[in-house]
Amino acid sequence: MLPFVLVILALAAFGFWTGRLRGEAMRHGTALRQVGAIRIGTVHSLPFYHGLYVALAALLPALLVLAGWALAADGLVTERVIAAVPAAVRPISPIDRGAFMNDVRGLASGSLEAAFNPAATAVVPVYRATRDRLDLVAAAMATALLAVGGIWAFSRLRPDFRARNHVERMLKWLLVLASTVAIFTTFGIVLSLLFESWRFFQQVPAMEFLFGTHWSPQTAIRSDQIGSSGAFGAVPLFWGTIFIGAIIAMIVAVPLGLMAAIYMTQYADARVRRVLKPMLELLAGVPTVVYGFFAALTVAPAVRDFGLWLGISNASGESALAAGLVMGIMIIPFVSSMADDALMAVPADMRDGSYAMGATRSETVLRVLVPAALPGITGGVLLAVSRAIGETMIVVMAAGLAANLTINPFDSVTTVSAQIVALLTGDQEFDSAKTLSAFALGLVLFVVTLLLNIYALSVVRKYREAYE
Amino acid sequence: MMARNPANTQRHAPTDWATPAMQARVKARYRGEGLFRLAGLGALCLAGLFLAFMLFTIVRTGWTGFQHSEVRVTVAFDAAALGIDPAAARGPAGVEAIRRGDFNALMQRSAAAQLGPAADVVSEGAWLDLRAAVLADPAVLGQVRSLWVPVRSSIDLLAKGKFDVTEPEVSRGVSDEDIADYRYLQARGLIRTDFNEIFVTAANSTDPELAGIWGAALGSLLTLIVTITVAFPVGVLAAVWLEEFAGRSRWTDFIEVSISNLAAVPSIIFGLLGLAVFLNFFNMPRSAPLVGGLTLALMTLPVIVITARAAIRAVPGSVRDAALGIGASPIQVVFHHVMPQALPGILTGTIIGMARALGETAPLLLIGMRAFVADTPHGLASSATVLPVQIFLWSDDAQRGFVEKTSAAIIVLLVILLLLSSVAIYLRNRFETRA
Repeated sequence: MLPFVLVILALAAFGFWTGRLRGEAMRHGTALRQVGAIRIGTVHSLPFYHGLYVALAALLPALLVLAGWALAADGLVTERVIAAVPAAVRPISPIDRGAFMNDVRGLASGSLEAAFNPAATAVVPVYRATRDRLDLVAAAMATALLAVGGIWAFSRLRPDFRARNHVERMLKWLLVLASTVAIFTTFGIVLSLLFESWRFFQQVPAMEFLFGTHWSPQTAIRSDQIGSSGAFGAVPLFWGTIFIGAIIAMIVAVPLGLMAAIYMTQYADARVRRVLKPMLELLAGVPTVVYGFFAALTVAPAVRDFGLWLGISNASGESALAAGLVMGIMIIPFVSSMADDALMAVPADMRDGSYAMGATRSETVLRVLVPAALPGITGGVLLAVSRAIGETMIVVMAAGLAANLTINPFDSVTTVSAQIVALLTGDQEFDSAKTLSAFALGLVLFVVTLLLNIYALSVVRKYREAYE
Repeated sequence: MMARNPANTQRHAPTDWATPAMQARVKARYRGEGLFRLAGLGALCLAGLFLAFMLFTIVRTGWTGFQHSEVRVTVAFDAAALGIDPAAARGPAGVEAIRRGDFNALMQRSAAAQLGPAADVVSEGAWLDLRAAVLADPAVLGQVRSLWVPVRSSIDLLAKGKFDVTEPEVSRGVSDEDIADYRYLQARGLIRTDFNEIFVTAANSTDPELAGIWGAALGSLLTLIVTITVAFPVGVLAAVWLEEFAGRSRWTDFIEVSISNLAAVPSIIFGLLGLAVFLNFFNMPRSAPLVGGLTLALMTLPVIVITARAAIRAVPGSVRDAALGIGASPIQVVFHHVMPQALPGILTGTIIGMARALGETAPLLLIGMRAFVADTPHGLASSATVLPVQIFLWSDDAQRGFVEKTSAAIIVLLVILLLLSSVAIYLRNRFETRA
C-alpha cells in the first residue's frame, strides 16, 4: 500500500506543477490558451495557489477513498474468506472468526509456520486473491478520482479564478479537522472504556466490583474447577492506590515540594535558582521506568531491612512504603511548580505589608503567603494526587501484585494501574472477565482522575481570579 | 479620639527593645527564621541528593554493561568440517552458503580442544563471531585464526568482580566450577575485558551476554517517527485554529476542555485506548511501532497543542496588523508571518513532548510492545520493543547478568533524553533572546 500512496502523492505533485505553470503562464500573458489581454496584476491569485488548488482537488478525494478503504477492506476480506471455508468447519462466533483470520493472515505473511486451525491453510490462496483484487479496485478508484479531480480543477483556472480563496477555505477545514482530533480522542477513551466495562458488568455485578473486598481475578478454564468463579472485589486495589499515591507519596512530596517552592521563590537568589531549577527539571524528566528500577533494586530492599530492624516480621520486599517513597520524590517537582505558581500569584502588596509590619521572611511566608495561597496550593496537591494514582511503572516494578487490605506500610499492596498492566500482559483471551476487568479498573481510574482534575483546576482558577 | 484617652497612650508606650525579655524574643524569631530557611534548603538538598544517589547507583552498576569479557580461541576454519563448499562461498550465493555452515559445532570443538576443563565458558552465541569472521572475509576458510569470543554471563560477571567469592556457594550466586574455570583462564591469560560491541549492535536475547539495545533503540526511533509525523502537524494546526481563527463558542470551549483534560489523563488509559481501538477495533498488528506511535501521538498531542498555543500567543499583535495592513489574507498572515516567529517555541514544546513519549512505558506494555523480539525491527508493522520497555523487561528478568544491562540501557536512555532537552533549552534561549 505504501508505494501506492507514494504514487498518489507524486501525481498530486505533478498536479501542483501543472497548475503552477498555468498560473505563471497567465501571469506573463503567454497563456497556453490566450484569454484576452493578460498583464501582470490582472490575475487574481499567485501561481502557487493555482498549483495548490489543483493538487488539493486531486489529492483529497483520493485520500478519502483510501482511508475509507483501509477501514472497510478488512471486513470485506474476512467475509469472503469465511465464505470460502467449508460450512462444516466454518468459525461462527466473532472470537473464533478473529482467531481464524489471525491464522490466515499469519500464514499469508509468512510469520506463522503452521496454523492452529487446519482449515486456515486451505483458504490462504483465497485470502491472497481477495486481498490483491480489492487492493487493485481501491487503487483504480483512487487514481480515477485523482485524475478527475485534477483535470476538473485545472479546467477551472482562469485569471479571475479565486484560487487562493478556495485553497484557504480548504486549509481552514483542515485546521478544524485537526482541532477535533482531541475530541475524537476523548470520545474514543470514554466509549471504549464504557463499552468494555459494560461487558464486564454483565458478568460481574457492579456492586460486587466496587464494594467487594476480595480480589483474585483468576477465571478457570474448565467450569468444573474448584474456585472457578474468580473474585472481583476491587476495594483492596482502591485502598492500595490511595495508600501509595495519596497518602505515602504525598507525605513525602507535599512538605518537600512546598518547602522547595518557598525557598526558590523567597530565599534563593538568581544564581542559586539557575542551579536548582534544572535540577528539579531533571528530577521531573527522568522516565518513570527508571524510578521503578531504582525503587525495586535499591529502595525496596533497604525498606525491608529497615522494617525487619524495627521488628516487623512480615516486612515485604515489595512494600507500599518503597513504592510510595519513590513516587513521592518523583512528584516533588510537580508539587513545587504548582506551589511556586500559587505563591507567585499572591499580590506583592500583601508581602510588602507584612514586611513593613516588621515580620521576618519566615513569618511572612507562614502567616501571610501560605494562608493566602492555600487554595492554589491545595489545587496543586490535588493535581499531584491525580498524577500519583495514575502512575504505573513504579508500582508495577516495586509494589507487587498482592491485593492486601492493610495499613502496614511494610506490607505489599497493589494498585489499580499495576493490576491493569498485570491483567493485560501475557497470554489472555479477550472476552474473559479477567481481561475485561482491566477496562472497568481503567474506567474507575479515568473518572477519579478526571473529577480530581476538574475540581482542582476550578479551585486554582477561582483562586487566581480572586487576586486578579 | 483615642489619643485623648490617657490610659490608652500609657498602654502604647514605645517598646523597650533593650530588655532581656525582648532581646530573647527577637533572638527566638531570628532563630526561627534561620531554621525555616534551612528547612527550605534542606528540602531541595534532599531531592538533589536522591537524584544524585539514584544516578550514581545506576552509573555504578551500569557502566560495566558497556564492557564484556572475551576468551581467546584459535579456530581452524576447515571448510569441509563446516560443510561449506569453498567455491560456493566465493560465488554469488556465498552469503547463503556460509550461513548454512555448522559454526556451532566448530566453536564447541575448538573450545574443547584448547580451553581444557574450562571449555564450557564460551557463550552459546560465540559461534556467531566465527560466522561473522567468515562472512567478512571468505578467504578465512581453510586458515587458522585466533579470535576473542564472548564468555557466558556468570564468567563475565566474575571477571567484573560482581560476586563475592568468599561467600559460601549457596548464597554467592555462582558455582565453584565457574570460579575454577575463571581462575584457570585468568592464570593462562586467555581472558580479557573489552568494549561490548554486542550490547550496542544486537537486539534482545535470552542470554545476558548476547543481549543488546540496538533493536530497542531502533524500535524507539520508528515509534517516535510515527508519533512526530502524526502529533506535530495535527497539534500545530489545532493550535493555529484555536488561537487565530476560532471565536469563542460552545464548540471551541469543548475542544479546549478536552485538550486540557487529555493532558492530565494517566498514560496507562491511553494504553487501554490503543488496545481497544487500534488493536481490537481496527485489527492493527500487535507490538508494532505503528500502533505504539499512534498511541503516543494521542498522548503527546495535548502537550504540543498547549505549548504551540502559548508560542503563537507570544507573537506580538503588531506583526499581524502590519501583515493585514499590506493586504495579506488571514491565512497568509498566520503561515507567512506568525508561524516563523512562533516556530522555535513550538519546536521546544514538540521536543519536550517527544522526550516524554520516549520515556513512556505503561501504554506500550498494554499494546503488546513487551513481546520478546530477538531481531531488529524491519518496518512500522513488524514486532518491536522500545528502550523503556526493554529496561522494564530486563529488570524483570531473574538472571543476574541483566542487572548491569538494565542500568546500561538506562544510561543510554538518559543520555538521549539529556541531548533532547539540551536542544530544547538551546532553542528556548535563542527564542528568548530574539523576542
